Amino acid sequence: MIPRKPVPPLLAQRLLSKFLRDDLIEEVRGDLEEKFYSDLNSKSVLKTKINYWYQAINYFRPFALRNSISTNTNNYDMFQNYFKIGWRNIIRTKGYSSINIGGLAIGLTVTMLIGLWIYDELSFDRYHQNYNHLAQVMQNQTLNGATETEYSIPRPLEFVMRTTYANDFKYLSMASWTHDHILSVGEKAITKSGNFFQSDFPEMISLRMIRGSRQGLKDPTSILLSVSTAAALFGSTDPMNQSIRIANRLDVKVTGVYEDLPYTTTFRNLDFIASWELYITSELWLKSAVDQWGNNSFQLFAMVSPNTDMKSVSEKIKKVKYDNAKKEQAFNPEIFLHGMTDWHLRSRWKGGINIGGRIQMVWLFGVIGTFVLLLACINFMNLSTARSEKRAKEVGIRMTIGSVRTQLINQFLSESFLVVVLAFAIAVGLVVLVLPWFNHLADKRIAIEWVNPNSWIMSIVFILFTSLLAGSYPALYLSSFQPIKVLKGTFKAGRFASLPRKVLVVVQFAVSLTLIIGTIIVYQQIQFSKNRPVGYNREGLVMIQMRSPEFYGKFGLLRTELKNSGTVEEMSESSGPVTGVWSNNGGFSWQGKDPNFQEEFATIWITHEYGKTFNWKIVAGRDVSREFSTDSSAIILNETAVKYSGIKDPIGKEIIFDDTKYHIVGVVKDMIMESPYSRVKQTIYILNYENVNWINLKLNPNKSASESLTVVESIFKKHIPSAPFSYKFVDQEYAKKFDSEERVGKLASVFAVLAILISCLGLFGLASFVAEQRTKEIGIRKVLGASVTTLWKMLSKDFVILVLLACVVSIPVAYYVLSGWLRGYEYRTEISWWIFALSGVGAVFITLFTVSFQAIRAALMSPVNSLKSE
Amino acid sequence: MIETKLGEFEEVILLLTGILSEEAYAFKIVDEFESQTKRSVSIGAVHSTLTRLESKGFLKSEMGKATAERGGRRKRIYTLTAYGKKALATSRDFRQSLWEQYPGFATSKLSLGLS
Repeated sequence: MIPRKPVPPLLAQRLLSKFLRDDLIEEVRGDLEEKFYSDLNSKSVLKTKINYWYQAINYFRPFALRNSISTNTNNYDMFQNYFKIGWRNIIRTKGYSSINIGGLAIGLTVTMLIGLWIYDELSFDRYHQNYNHLAQVMQNQTLNGATETEYSIPRPLEFVMRTTYANDFKYLSMASWTHDHILSVGEKAITKSGNFFQSDFPEMISLRMIRGSRQGLKDPTSILLSVSTAAALFGSTDPMNQSIRIANRLDVKVTGVYEDLPYTTTFRNLDFIASWELYITSELWLKSAVDQWGNNSFQLFAMVSPNTDMKSVSEKIKKVKYDNAKKEQAFNPEIFLHGMTDWHLRSRWKGGINIGGRIQMVWLFGVIGTFVLLLACINFMNLSTARSEKRAKEVGIRMTIGSVRTQLINQFLSESFLVVVLAFAIAVGLVVLVLPWFNHLADKRIAIEWVNPNSWIMSIVFILFTSLLAGSYPALYLSSFQPIKVLKGTFKAGRFASLPRKVLVVVQFAVSLTLIIGTIIVYQQIQFSKNRPVGYNREGLVMIQMRSPEFYGKFGLLRTELKNSGTVEEMSESSGPVTGVWSNNGGFSWQGKDPNFQEEFATIWITHEYGKTFNWKIVAGRDVSREFSTDSSAIILNETAVKYSGIKDPIGKEIIFDDTKYHIVGVVKDMIMESPYSRVKQTIYILNYENVNWINLKLNPNKSASESLTVVESIFKKHIPSAPFSYKFVDQEYAKKFDSEERVGKLASVFAVLAILISCLGLFGLASFVAEQRTKEIGIRKVLGASVTTLWKMLSKDFVILVLLACVVSIPVAYYVLSGWLRGYEYRTEISWWIFALSGVGAVFITLFTVSFQAIRAALMSPVNSLKSE
Repeated sequence: MIETKLGEFEEVILLLTGILSEEAYAFKIVDEFESQTKRSVSIGAVHSTLTRLESKGFLKSEMGKATAERGGRRKRIYTLTAYGKKALATSRDFRQSLWEQYPGFATSKLSLGLS
């Protein structure tokens, strides 16, 4: 066996070629090798090898080292070239470029709008400096095993909090509810919404004072006005120390003017802030509430001390009502803090536990925004890789001339950067254009912050991120070509080269389809609830709140005059508006009632013609009537109340409430007064002329509402001159109950339409590309006798299959997500199969429509033209 | 300013280059240096010096022939320039004059040399 001839150590050789200057490599390696073999004659192999290492390492000298810094440190030229080539490519292929940039611009617009929306949602209430320490004191109560969460608390809670838990709270402020009130200065009277707080409140919410100070509420007869309220009342005269009358009975003096609270705050409706001390002296029942633990009629706001955290305080005060109010223990009241940061985003409760709220919308739209951006980026990737064969030669030449892969990656990334910047510029324009409309749709007041450096940084990050997202795949794909194959012309994207492209199309359509299905179901739910029988006639109904003492005691007078004028068919009064339940009461008893049953009824006090005004439907017994003198103690139940109480044959039965005996005269069909998505609450209507707050008018249907209202206004002005005439249409108020769902529906449909538009743009580009690529094939097929229909089928089939695949993916996803959404509603529509069928068929139809344009154009082309080229 | 004074090592390398003439490339110079001085030196050190001397203008170089024992790689042959020769001569003359200025030593040496 011949021993193998020893060779110089390979590793050392490799090391040498790593660090040695290129022009020295040949002579040095020659010298070292010569040395190696001459040494072998006199030394051992090992020693020789070690010596080779020694020699190699001794070349680690400045003169011999490769210059580590690139010889051309100025890459500016190269980048300039990339942009130039990129720009030329855009100009040369106008069709693709406009699809590309347009699609991306639409995607970016949607993403930016959603981004602005989410930012706006998340920054809600951040206007107040202490938002981290502010909270509302709330309570959970359990009735018949069902735990309800309430914002209202009893008055004595305040005193315990102030004494026992003084160390845990920096500030506390009781409050009433923010309502419309009449503010009058002399003859001038306007309606503004406001509330009554304790003196620390302005400090708590860091009210920005323009005049006066935050201490302005110390005196009970003082009032703070927002700038706009002050302007409305006093115009240009100085509002300070002027006298105002609230609701025509409380006299106050202006001690401060504050900046209007922004739209993105919970307190945005606070046009004025008056004193809690004044409020509690204004009515008798408020005074007696001082030791009533069962009277949950107030709000309590708190600011926890800086050295504690909300959670531990919340835990501490949990039992405070339970321990102090023996009578209330049956309801197991739990007091807790609801932090300001959660007021807006997490305001839904179920079984005493917070189950989110708007935060879910934020997530939903965040996901939609991300997906729309993804769709737009997928378009870019698809079109770039689809056109790769056109760019392949360029890549080959660049590689031959000496481009390394990173340079090519840089090139394609900078091209995508160029496209994204162009698209971004268009998108910013579009955002500015549609922002007012978007604000209207989303009930927002978002403005673009041009001067905020953060928004610029965000934009740049956004551009870079998008160009990386959109450009990464094409850059990696295009730069992986082998120059030899490309230049020889043997380059053919393999059978699987189009696979990722197909996957991308499927993803795109799956997302679009899910959005479309979602939109349809949201609309179906809205429609379903709108079609729900309301139980009364909403046409021509007007409600007027009785906001000053002058309204009272004039029922008969007003009714006669209004009816005589011929503009009003019927008039009645009630304790609450028909579109809401203002009071829920316990303390009812009847024969056969389970003593352990903790009853609660919605209680509405009404006057005689209430039913006639609203045209409710009596299902048993009769309406209250002036004919029966015994009707002074008459009550009417709704159907749910009959079922709820379990009273058999209710007509004529007695119900005792507040130590007074009432007898049931009739049962009325359920009227939807609260949410149209929930079941109707058990309701008792009690005849009473004292406890009323609203005037209800049924306008004459034969006259125009606006004319009637002028007449009505003149009559009101005559009898109640000091109150501004303000009214609400019942049908409009009822329609407001659908606002938030309709908003979601509208936004979702806009996004769905845009998503499908973006997807179609991509499909269109892809189809035209495929048609172009197969021009020769189509020509030959035509020569051989293929008909236009066959060709059309051939070209469309691939895409239709992809879209069908997308259907298969999206339908279960959509079903899962939406059935979850619907479960949040008590009264909900069914998800029927036809929605999915319709969306699927629709998607296929849209695909065919998009693809056919290109397919038919390609199929109609004369084979002479397509074959003679080259 | 380029340093024109020769160091001891440089002088030896220059002389060896001259001696080896056609065969003066890095490995051969090292080989010759080691056999003549019995001192070991790395090729890299010599190569470095050769490069420096070339940049000073004492040497010039060009790529020579390839041989099999170098794996078919060419070698860089160095040749003395006129300037290099002059520098060597100056160096020798300078020493000579120093020798001559030291009478006792010089004569004995000289006589030895003459005998």
